[in-house]
Amino acid sequence: MNFLITHKREVAMLAGEHLWLVGISMLLAIAIGLPLGVLLTRQPKLKTLVFGSANVIQTIPSLALFGILLPLPWLGVRVDRLAITALALYALLPIVRNTYTGIAGISPPLREAALAMGLTSREMLWHVELPLASPVILAGVRVATVITIGVATIAAAIGAGGLGEFIFRGIAMVDNGVILAGAIPAALMALLADSLLGAIERLLARRRH
Amino acid sequence: MKNISDNAIEFRGVAYKASPDRTILADLNFVVKRGETLMLLGRSGSGKTTVLRLINRLLIPSSGDVCVDGKRSGDWNPIQLRRRIGYAIQDVGLFPHYTVWQNVALVPKLERWDARRVSDRVEEVLELVGLPGRDFAGRYPDQLSGGQRQRVGLARALAAEPSFLLMDEPFGALDPLTRAEIQGEFKKLQQKLKKTVVFVTHDVGEALTLGDRIALLEAGRLRTIDAPDNFLQSSDAVAQMYVSVYRTAPAGVAKVRMV
Repeated sequence: MNFLITHKREVAMLAGEHLWLVGISMLLAIAIGLPLGVLLTRQPKLKTLVFGSANVIQTIPSLALFGILLPLPWLGVRVDRLAITALALYALLPIVRNTYTGIAGISPPLREAALAMGLTSREMLWHVELPLASPVILAGVRVATVITIGVATIAAAIGAGGLGEFIFRGIAMVDNGVILAGAIPAALMALLADSLLGAIERLLARRRH
Repeated sequence: MKNISDNAIEFRGVAYKASPDRTILADLNFVVKRGETLMLLGRSGSGKTTVLRLINRLLIPSSGDVCVDGKRSGDWNPIQLRRRIGYAIQDVGLFPHYTVWQNVALVPKLERWDARRVSDRVEEVLELVGLPGRDFAGRYPDQLSGGQRQRVGLARALAAEPSFLLMDEPFGALDPLTRAEIQGEFKKLQQKLKKTVVFVTHDVGEALTLGDRIALLEAGRLRTIDAPDNFLQSSDAVAQMYVSVYRTAPAGVAKVRMV
C-alpha cells in the first residue's frame, strides 16, 4: 500500500492511460456493435454468423489475441492501436447480443400497434425499439466496460500502458506492493463503472415495461 | 378524377394460409360500405383478427384480392395505407415511455403536421374520447386504468384523421360497467364521425349494439352478413346459436342496445 501512496502521480498517470484505452475501445465497440445488433433484428439469418464469430473472439485468451494481431500490417505498427482493436473486439459480444435481445424482446402487441400505425423501419427504431431496449443495451455496455477494464491490464504486456504496467512490473520485481498499486485502482475503476452505469440503467428502466 | 367507390373495402375470393396445411381463411367475399360499421363476429380462432390484418397489409392474402379504396392491398405503399387506418387492439399497445400526449401526437407529427395543428388535434381528440387534456395529457400509460388506456388507444387511432378504423376486441378486457359506458360513447362517436369501421368481437350483444351489419365468421368462412335485425331472424345455423345465447343473456345487454 505504501508504494501506491508514494507513487500517487504515476498511478494517476497510468490510470489516465488505462481510462483512455478503455474509453476509445468502448466507443469503437458501441459504434460497431449497436448497428450490428440492430442489423441482426432486421436480418435474423445473420445471427449464427455474427454471434458465432463474437463468441470465438471472446474465447481466445486476451494475451493470445494480442499476439495474433501483432503481425498484422496496420495494427502491429503501433501498440496502442493494437490494444484498442483487441479490446474493442472483446467488448463486441455483450453489446451486439444485448442490442439484439433488447429489441427482439419488445412486447408483440406493442410492435404490432406500432407497425399498424404506419411507422417506417427508421421511425420504429427511433420511437419504439431503441428507447424500449435501452436498459438492456446499457446492461450490455456495462458488462462490456467492466470486462474491458479488466482485459486492458494485459495491454501493458505489449507496452500499451495502463495500470497493467504496475502489475507486470510488480510480478517481475516480486513486489506485492507494486502489483497492488496497479490492481487496486483497476478494480476500483471497474466497480465505479459498474455502479455508475447500473444507476443509469435503473433510471432508463422506469416506464419501459 | 378519382373514382371513389361506395365500397370502401372489398374482399374478393380471399384465402389466407398460415402454412401449407393451415388454412385460416377460405373464399371470403364481402364488401364494407363507406361510413358503415361492420362487426366481425365469431369464435376465437375463426379468423377475425386475420381479416383485420389483411386490410392494413400486416398480412398478404394467399389468394384473392383485398381492395382498400379501390386499390389492391399489395399495390398500396404499406406506410401510406396504414396512415389512413386507425388500429385499436385489446392490449392497446401504448408506448410506455411516452405520455398520453406523445402517444396520441405521434402519427400527426410523423405526418409532418405543424406544431399548432398537432397540439389542437390532440386536445380535440382527447376531449372526444372523454379524457380532458388538462388532466390526462401528461400522464404515462402506467398511471391509467384499463378503460382510460382504451380511450387513449382510440384517441391515438383517430388522431391523424384516418378514414378507416380497425378495432380488434378493444373493449374485451374491460369490466362490464366500463364496457357498456364506452360502447355507448363509441356509438355516439361513430354517428358523429361516420368513419368506415371494421370491428372484431366475439360478443353477440356488442355486435348487435354497435354494428350497421354483422359478418359472421366460422372456421375461416363467412356464414352470413346482415343488419342486426335480420341477423336475429337469420336462418343460418351458427347465427341461430349466437342468437339463442343472446336471448338468454341478462336484460342488461338489451338496455345498452337501446342507445
